[in-house]
Amino acid sequence: MRSNVMKLLVLAVIAVICILLYGFYDIKGGFDYAFPRRMMRVGAMVVTGFAIAYSTVVFQTITHNRILTPSVMGLDSMYEVVQTLIFFFAGSASIWVVNQYLNFTAAIVAMIVFALLLYRTLFRADKFPIYLLLLIGMIIGTFLGSFVTFLQVLIDPIEYLSLQSKLFASFTKIKVELLYISFAILFVAFAYGYKLISQLDVASLGRENAINLGVDYDRLVMKGLILSAVLIATATALVGPITFLGLIVANLAYQFFATYRHSVLIAGAGLISVIALVGGQFLVEHIFEMKTTLSVIINFIGGIYFIYLLLKESRAAG
Amino acid sequence: MRLWMLIVVAIILSVISLFIGAIDIKPTDLLDWNSQETEIFLISRLPRLLAIILAGAGMSIAGLIMQSLSRNKFVSPTTAGTLDAARLGILISVLLFSNAAYMQKVIFSFAFAFLGTILFMQILDRIKFKDAIFVPLIGIMYGNILSSITTFFAYEGDLIQNINSWLMGSFTLVISGRYELLYISVPAIILAYLYANKFTVAGMGEDFAKNLGLSYRAVLNIGLSLVAVISTTVVLTVGIIPFLGLIVPNIVSLYMGDNLRKTIPHTILLGVVFLLICDIIGRVVVYPYEIPVNVTVAVIGSVLFLILLFRGRAYAK
Repeated sequence: MRSNVMKLLVLAVIAVICILLYGFYDIKGGFDYAFPRRMMRVGAMVVTGFAIAYSTVVFQTITHNRILTPSVMGLDSMYEVVQTLIFFFAGSASIWVVNQYLNFTAAIVAMIVFALLLYRTLFRADKFPIYLLLLIGMIIGTFLGSFVTFLQVLIDPIEYLSLQSKLFASFTKIKVELLYISFAILFVAFAYGYKLISQLDVASLGRENAINLGVDYDRLVMKGLILSAVLIATATALVGPITFLGLIVANLAYQFFATYRHSVLIAGAGLISVIALVGGQFLVEHIFEMKTTLSVIINFIGGIYFIYLLLKESRAAG
Repeated sequence: MRLWMLIVVAIILSVISLFIGAIDIKPTDLLDWNSQETEIFLISRLPRLLAIILAGAGMSIAGLIMQSLSRNKFVSPTTAGTLDAARLGILISVLLFSNAAYMQKVIFSFAFAFLGTILFMQILDRIKFKDAIFVPLIGIMYGNILSSITTFFAYEGDLIQNINSWLMGSFTLVISGRYELLYISVPAIILAYLYANKFTVAGMGEDFAKNLGLSYRAVLNIGLSLVAVISTTVVLTVGIIPFLGLIVPNIVSLYMGDNLRKTIPHTILLGVVFLLICDIIGRVVVYPYEIPVNVTVAVIGSVLFLILLFRGRAYAK
């Protein structure tokens, strides 16, 4: 336990170094202009990083696997569907687009509904093997993605331009008001999840054991799924889809901490994802000189890591 | 389903496809050899139909070959990175030679598609746990990695828009003079038919095939080259058409079984019918504009694939 606290401290220090580096590096002239803006982005990255990490760890404990994540199961694509539908039916001048709060709320609510429907059909009584679920999730993602393209072809080109800016993951175009709301949501989720965390530790022993130990397992699963849907929806609505981040940070946290305590796992995964996002964004802006995007890098590394995980799991299973 | 029924359906759809479009062409117009309608018919409509037929037949056969070689129902150019590798090849040729000639693109794209698929087969060899679901999963991820490499280099070279146009499978731009590369897939399809039995045997595994006196490596390489040739020609002329090589052979194998000699004609025809239907839908929905065919194929194809996955778990093993 003590060594885990040390590890958390080390991660926190690295995260702070990344943030300071990102905040102060090469800041010529207009400090008053650049610094608050950089800090705003850092704020968004911290919120997103923790939300994605938290939601992935909870989701994976509840579904008893380390490969499925909410993003891989098609939630990211659902975000694109919601935004496209709004533009398609209401138009870019409608209140659903102009009013940031309304747009944000609509996206989150739709994603939660979709997530719960998806989970209820797929995770009923463990009918499907894990790889099948994963493939189904990916194909649902492809289906939603091509459905979106289908609608986008029909949309007026000028409307499409303003839609496009909503669909790419970006930390440079964050709306301040939304950042505050996201902070609030994250705060509430953590407060709510505080009680959940100790139950999750027990839940990782399996359904029967957990029930024996006095945990209302099915309710816990429901609560956990809602929590992870809210968090992932918030992160996606704030900065756009980053598919593989959750997968990478959650699995790194499992390897790094070798514990079942969710308080440690979630904090660790959150710190790792802050390091990945802030450090990665620093690389993109100063080393690659904006010639590439963070999501391309994360998807490349994430894809390779994902194959590695699949091969490793299959070896354990076979 | 009988073969002649498929042929009749394919012919009916072909006729419909010939006479849909922004300009109304009546069959009687074609009697006048010099009319504008005849010219449009010959330059645009007929090449389009031929391209659809060639692409539909080719992609389905490519999928069938891959499935029998890997003995896995869910391996196809879409789920083994072949199409993504072909696209990466085109990008590399454009980056290397600032004004890449057509043949350079063809050669690079072919080489990448071939090597990319071989690499995937190598990865498959390493996996001990060859689950019907697990293999396509690895394949899709492998394709994602390849396409993120493509995106990375394209972003640097300001080629994202070009890439997206290769990604869009569409028959809109097919006119005479721009699709003839597709004819290369005709000999490829004939070869596939001649080699059909050998592919089946090779699919039984290296040791088994060698025991039966088959030069395993040679057959494998021939099969994968055919797949690479077909994929390359389709990607270069039409763009990426997802799922076709996955769905069609599986549907045929549901009602015909797995004897390749018998299933190849059905696979070809069903592939053509499927692609014709998708193309016609794409042309009718927003008439007189068009929806790219890869979008309709992906929407219909992913739903069909999901159905296959749900109902076919027992069958896929």
